[in-house]
Amino acid sequence: MVADVTAGPETGTGATPAGDPLLPRPFRVVAVRRDTHDTVTMELAAVDGGDLPFAPGQFTMLQAFGVGEVPISISGDPARPGALTHTVRDVGGVTRALCAVTPGDVLGVRGPFGRGWGVADGTGGDVVVVAGGIGLAPLRPAVVAVLADRDTFGRVSLLYGARSPSEVLFGGELERWAAGHGVDVEVTVDQADPTWGGRVGVVTELVPGARFDPQRTLALVCGPEVMMRYVADALTTRGIPPHRVRLSVERNMRCGVGLCGHCQLREHLVCVDGPVFALDRVRRQLAVREL
Amino acid sequence: MQTIGDLLTAHPFFEGVDERLVRELERCSRNVHYRLGEYLFHEGESADRLLVIRRGRVALDVHVPGRGEVVVSTVDAGEVVGWSWFVPPYTWFFDARAVTEVSAVSVDATCLRDRCDADPVLGYTLMQRIAQVMYRRLQAARLRMLDVYEADHGG
Repeated sequence: MVADVTAGPETGTGATPAGDPLLPRPFRVVAVRRDTHDTVTMELAAVDGGDLPFAPGQFTMLQAFGVGEVPISISGDPARPGALTHTVRDVGGVTRALCAVTPGDVLGVRGPFGRGWGVADGTGGDVVVVAGGIGLAPLRPAVVAVLADRDTFGRVSLLYGARSPSEVLFGGELERWAAGHGVDVEVTVDQADPTWGGRVGVVTELVPGARFDPQRTLALVCGPEVMMRYVADALTTRGIPPHRVRLSVERNMRCGVGLCGHCQLREHLVCVDGPVFALDRVRRQLAVREL
Repeated sequence: MQTIGDLLTAHPFFEGVDERLVRELERCSRNVHYRLGEYLFHEGESADRLLVIRRGRVALDVHVPGRGEVVVSTVDAGEVVGWSWFVPPYTWFFDARAVTEVSAVSVDATCLRDRCDADPVLGYTLMQRIAQVMYRRLQAARLRMLDVYEADHGG
């Protein structure tokens, strides 16, 4: 039986910050891995030794002291609340400082905030995950959660588009998911190099060939907004009902708790109502310019 | 044993097309195989066939001086390669190279065009299918032009 998800994504279990949500909690950098020329994955541990439980799809406000604070989705394993993992792409001043951390550095963390993917809603059916670029990072916890309970899901597909082979994230893990967990992994790049023997093209082109039962599928999509619009069209064209297509929407989150209004998307505050939304709740807004 | 007609009717490109129409192409078609690295055709050659890919992956590439072979797109099993066969001057625009072992049904272009001329229903049906392929690839090419993964905001 497929879970009824007409109510939209769940709010993640155990995923509300303790204490004052506006006060950063110090976390020490435990490990840093450079994924690509501009992207770094870091593992953090709370200085107070406590956990940070989260639901896949939630984000924290990550602070480089003296530089600034940005919303970053959690990319770690939800079954390991003692290890906070973030994958950060250097796209500006704050993220540049975050990408430069080394083990032992201390960062400020607020959160976790927002509503997650609601992975459990896919129980009993197929799951199709569509990621573009750095968008694979917020989806990684969802894939890990599905694989931790693999037998309760049907076919699992991961369709991933990256700009070039050198910008493919989590390459080794993608291979393990395919080989060890029966995930249909398809990767495509916009621009190939001579080392690349995989697909060349945009990620939307992978949707028609993916194997899933549309009426029993939960689709999770994350990437640049224009990519998500076209992927959502491709998924609904295949017959997945809009309320079972979920997108992680990025807006200018500041406070994380619905107070400041910076992340308003018409009637939604992305930091508390999202960042994950069912397509039928945001489709109209995504088509509005300058919103 | 499957006939060429069986292979064509079972292919996603012809899904939903009247089987009688598909079987009209049987006499224009033959089964072909390409080894890894083998070229299916080269830029500038006569576009003399439609290739219905049954198995494997084909890269459409172009030689760029100083950069070597640049892959502009790939075509996988379940798709077709080439529409140059129905647009004059009927010459291939790119090279096509097998990046895996490839099995395909090769439909002779002259025979195909003749049959389309003789049977407008077949012709219109095929043109609709080819137009869908062209539409999807045009949209994909436009999306790639946007370079959506390039960082476009600071934080």
